[in-house]
Amino acid sequence: MVSGGEVKLFGMWASPAVRRVEWALKLKGIKYEYVEEDISNKSGALVQYNPINKQVPVLLHNGKPIVESLVILEYIDEVWKHHPILPKDPYERAMARFWAAYSEDKCRDAVRRVFFAEGGERAKAIECLEETLRALDGELEGKEFFGGENIGFSDLVLGWMAFWLGVSEEVASFEVLDPKKFPWFTSWIDNFLQVPAIKENLPPRDKTVAFFHGYRRLHLAAPNC
Amino acid sequence: MAEAEVKLLGTWSSPFVLRIKWALKLKGVEYDFIEEDLQNKSPLLLKYNPVHKKVPVLVHDGKSIAESYVILEYIDETWKENPILPEDPYQRAMARFWSKFGDEKFLPSMWKFFISQGEKREEALVSASENLKILEGELKGKKFFNGETLGFADISLGWIVDTVSLLEEIMELKMIDEQRYPSLSAWMKNFSDFPGIKDSFPPQERMLTKYRTLREAYFATTRGTN
Repeated sequence: MVSGGEVKLFGMWASPAVRRVEWALKLKGIKYEYVEEDISNKSGALVQYNPINKQVPVLLHNGKPIVESLVILEYIDEVWKHHPILPKDPYERAMARFWAAYSEDKCRDAVRRVFFAEGGERAKAIECLEETLRALDGELEGKEFFGGENIGFSDLVLGWMAFWLGVSEEVASFEVLDPKKFPWFTSWIDNFLQVPAIKENLPPRDKTVAFFHGYRRLHLAAPNC
Repeated sequence: MAEAEVKLLGTWSSPFVLRIKWALKLKGVEYDFIEEDLQNKSPLLLKYNPVHKKVPVLVHDGKSIAESYVILEYIDETWKENPILPEDPYQRAMARFWSKFGDEKFLPSMWKFFISQGEKREEALVSASENLKILEGELKGKKFFNGETLGFADISLGWIVDTVSLLEEIMELKMIDEQRYPSLSAWMKNFSDFPGIKDSFPPQERMLTKYRTLREAYFATTRGTN
């Protein structure tokens, strides 16, 4: 285990954004204290450390808070330089950041749309989601991970899809993860979930499915969010 | 004629393209600017940004990079003079945070205000003003978001300088006044006076026409809905 000051992570067990920070910490063997937040009843500490967004994850390093999971990942990589997450070459780094941005700007929205789509909207939403999967599949061609032979920044950022997309499929009754259509992407899911730091750090599937069932019901009951 | 090592694909009006121009100017990087017609995308744009087909795209030695904040980080890592990001990891995290805040929270709230009507306009104004207060708070006691000199967060938020005055003229109200936002007002002046930034904003009249047209077109398409 590596130390380097006091590290605390405020999180929520079902949150993919929190897990990606934990994966980074585990990959680098960084010792940290985990604090579970009740999202419906946010602690004074969370509000103090993230007054603007009041969201998890929040990383506290020697008392200084860093928020936004992608910002936290870059911070972790810059402070603890062993087992680098981002490559050295500026162009390779740009590619890693590009696909990380793709995850946040396109994939999350595409999954969300399918997750909450009802009736006629669903087909269109699935089409959009499949478009993103096609792009990811294309990027992965010939590679085991987005980072190449080992997982890297974009794997960690896109990693939520390896677990939470399957959960979404189950909760909202749809199917997009077709190995015939997306052979590289579906292989990547298997490869990613086998990495020890990831495998040992996933929420319990049944509990997660139940959680997102509730989340979906709540959202569909309150229109116009 | 030798082909330029650095090319920037963009449009005259895009604030995302402008931030790349600022970064390249600050570092003294020579480049070819290629004006794109987004209604009629060129084969070059489709080649260099097949995923999004958007601007800005930076092409360096034949390799293309898209997404403005990705490009900014690339520029800072490739041309090391006049660094945009500070050295300290915590300060770097803060710079990235404010850049994200600008694009993911503040910009959408301003856009929402711009396209709102009636009651929704009042709500949207409250929301946008809250974000302005947050920015004001962060700037207190500082000349730039980056400190004494202009940096990553300033470049990312620089669109505020001309866009807000555009909005103020079109919407006929003052959003950033010196009384409520003394630090932000001072920052806007410091930013636009900075060498390399000065005189770089797109022509105001042309922008006014563009945004007025955009707003009217938006109202026309949403008329009768909601």
